[in-house]
Amino acid sequence: MRIILFAKRNIKEILRDPINLFFGLGFPLILLVLLSVINASIPPEANNPMFSIENLAPGLAMFGTAFMALFTGMLVSKDRTSSFLMRLFASPMTSFDFILGYTLPMLVMSLAQAAITLLASCIAGLELSGNLLLAILVTMLTSLLFVGFGLLFGSLLNDKAVGGICGALLTNVAGWLSGVFIPIDLIGGAFKKAAEILPFYHSVQAIKATLDGNFVEILPHLIIVLGYTIVIFILAIIVFHRRMSGDKA
Amino acid sequence: MNTITITNLSKKYGGFTAVDNLNLTIEQGELFALLGVNGAGKTTTIKMLSCLIKPTSGNAVLLGDSVREHPQAVKEKINISPQETAVAANLSVIENLELTAGIYGQDIKTAMKMTEEMVSQFGLDGVRNKKAKQLSGGMQRRLSIAMALISNPQVLFLDEPTLGLDVLARRELWASIQALKGKVTIVLTTHYLEEVEALSDRIGIMANGKLAAVGTVAELTEQTGTNKLEDAFVVLSGGAV
Repeated sequence: MRIILFAKRNIKEILRDPINLFFGLGFPLILLVLLSVINASIPPEANNPMFSIENLAPGLAMFGTAFMALFTGMLVSKDRTSSFLMRLFASPMTSFDFILGYTLPMLVMSLAQAAITLLASCIAGLELSGNLLLAILVTMLTSLLFVGFGLLFGSLLNDKAVGGICGALLTNVAGWLSGVFIPIDLIGGAFKKAAEILPFYHSVQAIKATLDGNFVEILPHLIIVLGYTIVIFILAIIVFHRRMSGDKA
Repeated sequence: MNTITITNLSKKYGGFTAVDNLNLTIEQGELFALLGVNGAGKTTTIKMLSCLIKPTSGNAVLLGDSVREHPQAVKEKINISPQETAVAANLSVIENLELTAGIYGQDIKTAMKMTEEMVSQFGLDGVRNKKAKQLSGGMQRRLSIAMALISNPQVLFLDEPTLGLDVLARRELWASIQALKGKVTIVLTTHYLEEVEALSDRIGIMANGKLAAVGTVAELTEQTGTNKLEDAFVVLSGGAV
């Protein structure tokens, strides 16, 4: 009951901010249109499938969820600095209520965002199939990584610093090292190795494998993403719990 | 009957002692004011009593439950209005109140009934559907205190509730707090001495983390050989009259 009440409050706080709505739901669509236009202007003889809709759709679905780190981080940080969280810390709410109460609305947002991005991709030429539903669920699962980042940085930093780290740094790292905007295989070397070590590229590959119906390839990528997610969430829970106990994180 | 019993309560941050060996009892229905200059340890004391920070040593028992051993049981019976206004900015007045009521376990029907009572008691009817961030500072304070009271707490902590309010808004809040006297045990911190004289049953003066004196206004002025609470406060806080 407390979790649902708190989650409802959090989703209202996010959706009542028009900037959140723009970045959460509109920005991936703008990128989809822009990159599709670029793709259309690449001559077929160039044989460059970089921005083909089959590659673009999973990349943008993942990239859109990177903003969940910003939303979660800003919300937690603002709640802390405005003393609203202090009021709730003095209430019977447990750390479990808080973590789930912050996480559930982000999963709902990710679900809606992935559905909008992937359905819009169908208008741009992506095949509409049952795999699309599964890809929405996989995207929601991979978005947990960013929710964890948001919880961690929101518990540690003020809202300006969260804006810088989650809004600028993390979205850029996730974008560049996932292969959405640049061809990782073509660049190769240390860049490719870094991309393969980090989870963002694997998130895109898990979503792509789902859309392609290449189910045996989903799990190996998903395991890497979920491994990072578990570590980030454990760190976030430790820091949040220390904040709740009044200890310095 | 004692509602709050504090025994040898201390809080240290590294080498700095914020609260030093505090001993105090507060009776049921009493309005107890904690006074002290900035950094005297008032807010740290309130944070320990409301289970927001753990004491380094000592204990406090609120309504039979220890803040060290049963913080969850303590949290069910208390509420707090923090120093800074603590409201959900993008929620309306009604939504803020109903959220708080729900968090303290009230069902929807009771939460709605209590919300209407708080709206009426704190004069929030004209702004009931406004977002909290659109309210004036005074109205936000009122909402913050209404949120602290909606759970029917047996102990209420008010940390500088009238800070930054104009005279009229402060007087209105005083009337709301006075209406609670005898029903709810209230621990209030403030820098306004006229507020203490108008509202409190007893006063505790803190200096350098220690409780320098406890008593009524008359007892404190008599103890210090002064005529006014302000002079008694200055003497007990280590200043010169």
